[in-house]
Amino acid sequence: MNGTTSDRAADATGVRGPGRREKAGTVRRAMARYWYAWVMVAPVVLVTGLLIGWPLARGVYLSLTDATEATMGRTIGVNVIPSTYEFVGLENYVSILGSGLFWEKLIWTVVWTVACVGLHYGLGLGLAMLLNRKLRFRSTYRLLLILPWAIPGFVAAFIWRYLYNSDYGVINAMLKAAGFGAVGWLDDPTTAKIAVIAVNVWMGVPFMMVAVLGGLQSIPGELYEAAEMDGATPWQRFRHITVPGLRTVSSTVVLLGTIWTFNMFPVIFLITRGGPGSSTEILVTYAYREAFTSIRNYSGSAAWGVIILLLLVVLALVYRRALRRQGEVW
Amino acid sequence: MRRAFSAATIVAALALAVSACGGGTDDPAAAPAQSAAADPSKVSGEITWWDTVRPDSEGPTFQALIKEFAAKYPNIKVKYVNVPSDQAQGQFQTAAQAGTGAPDVIRSEVAWTAQFASLGYLQPLDGTRAVENESDFMPSPLSSTKYNGKAYAVPQVTDTLALLYNKKLLEKAGYDKAPTTVEELKKVALDVKSKTGVNGLALNVDSYFLLPFMYGEGGDLLDVQNKKIVVNSPANVKAMATVADLITSGAAPKPATQDSYANAMTALKDGKAAMIYNGPWALSEVYQGKEFKDKANLGIAPVPAGSAKAGAPTGGWNLAIYAGSKNLDASYEFVRFMSTAEAQAKVAKEISLLPTRTSAYDNPDVQGNKDVATFKPIIDTAVARPWIPEGGQLFQPLLEGYQAIVGGKTTPEDMLKKVDSDYHGIFKDWS
Repeated sequence: MNGTTSDRAADATGVRGPGRREKAGTVRRAMARYWYAWVMVAPVVLVTGLLIGWPLARGVYLSLTDATEATMGRTIGVNVIPSTYEFVGLENYVSILGSGLFWEKLIWTVVWTVACVGLHYGLGLGLAMLLNRKLRFRSTYRLLLILPWAIPGFVAAFIWRYLYNSDYGVINAMLKAAGFGAVGWLDDPTTAKIAVIAVNVWMGVPFMMVAVLGGLQSIPGELYEAAEMDGATPWQRFRHITVPGLRTVSSTVVLLGTIWTFNMFPVIFLITRGGPGSSTEILVTYAYREAFTSIRNYSGSAAWGVIILLLLVVLALVYRRALRRQGEVW
Repeated sequence: MRRAFSAATIVAALALAVSACGGGTDDPAAAPAQSAAADPSKVSGEITWWDTVRPDSEGPTFQALIKEFAAKYPNIKVKYVNVPSDQAQGQFQTAAQAGTGAPDVIRSEVAWTAQFASLGYLQPLDGTRAVENESDFMPSPLSSTKYNGKAYAVPQVTDTLALLYNKKLLEKAGYDKAPTTVEELKKVALDVKSKTGVNGLALNVDSYFLLPFMYGEGGDLLDVQNKKIVVNSPANVKAMATVADLITSGAAPKPATQDSYANAMTALKDGKAAMIYNGPWALSEVYQGKEFKDKANLGIAPVPAGSAKAGAPTGGWNLAIYAGSKNLDASYEFVRFMSTAEAQAKVAKEISLLPTRTSAYDNPDVQGNKDVATFKPIIDTAVARPWIPEGGQLFQPLLEGYQAIVGGKTTPEDMLKKVDSDYHGIFKDWS
């Protein structure tokens, strides 16, 4: 079933993509004319097929079985364990989609993604506009603002986890010094959610800022000068020059940011381990928990993985279509 | 492949000779004659050992033992790899399943051993040189090495939980000895709080640390013999209510749910809390704290009893051999050497880890170690957990429930109901 869904997706893009309405004959003629190009890309296609295609196919297959670490056959030394897993069709999907847990996690994952990407983009745009002006020490500011991006995700997560520590953390120490009570940041579902979003925003803003800054600098200054001559207010200039000028950059980085954030494993896993309870667990961290704790449930986590992939494919298609409606060719 | 049989396990050896020793031409009757020590100079090979101790404080002792081993077995080369204890299980499973990168010998936590064995990762050890004089091992740690009646590991060290306390703080509150029941624990903690201003008790929000409260009321998680899930019992409800009461009454401050192990340790070390639950592995770290520069200030007592008894879980580590090891003979010799009473005594003397051999406790070096002497009677009352492959899965539901209780989000009854239903998801055919 998954095969057909992605096939349909592929068909859809193939048919609607610009300039792909030729008949089969033209394909053959193109082959004849561009055979060297095909030969050139063959190694890449082969390697990509092996590195991505094979695990993907295997994952989809596993998701249709009841394979776990205990039922997969293997021979190690004197121990011979026969394979006892079976093809169970869509059972894994039915049980995942039928559980309240999945929908709970999906809602939180969507909230998490929208909040993070919204703040990433908003703050990134604001900072980029500031840095696009002529001001002193501009390169120093840029350097400082890009710093969070240079820190590896897991290091940042550990630093933040320490900052959030309810008894010995810096944040609570500051709160206490200012006369407020300590907050158990990671101990309550609501504050824990705010805490992980804050960390991810901190980590993701620099990228957005740099990307948007690049976009801003590609907008010709004459446009602003002309608008100013015509008496346009700053808001009108922003609305009618900056926003359209940034559209190409924005649409790309927002889609990328959405996919990254949707699957942002380290922040959640390293800061809260999904807790308290499983309140901050997003779909990928849950799939990881299925796959890598105790006796590993390969089939269940593969099914989670396929569902996550399908969600992102659907998201990308919808997003693409929305952009095309706005006249973007992306 | 050459096999030698120990006289003590002749029965198992017979079974093995028949069933497993495809290439073995050993005449079973000749087995007792082969129980003499193998010639150390004849065994050769290179083996990798994954150790899980703290590399800075405990590692050097084990590396010194390896040097002794190398002197005795000149043809065996031991590659020492330190793997953090919270990663070793996952890394070993990944490597063993993939068939590459697994070590020959792994230091396996007591709860992992049955799981590894059930997955076919471990070499059966009955009748091999690795197992020597099994009857000398303490029963509780020894039981953790068995799966389906066969030995898959050799006990290396054992441990349990105890009440660690700051003697000076308790004295200031008017107590010259540790509380022996949970009721006393609450009273002492409250008195410490009111008379000294520091917290009485620091709790660690972790499933393992809930077990003393459950055992104390006569509760348990599973009844393995009858294949029954017994976590949702009145005894456990009482235990959870006790824990919740310790927090709401102020005897223990509301603990952090993240990093709560480290926070509780820091609180004890800095004199910000008078009592914590922890095991012998924590002692070397506790003594680094400013309150315990004078080691005599640290009190170690059995965990306080509930209404039924005082009991803490058995912990500890085993030595197991990867079934795919290319150097089984060398691995057997290594495990045998590391689990001798002498090796255990050395470890106990230097880093206070508790021997699993009863004979090791007769060693003057072990008797000279005050911490080991204090822990020995506590170990004797420790409760063996069910050593089943699914053992590792029991903790996550319990942890989530504990966190919810600490956060005031659930009642003991509802929490145990939820844990019970989660356990039924793990053990589908249990009642």
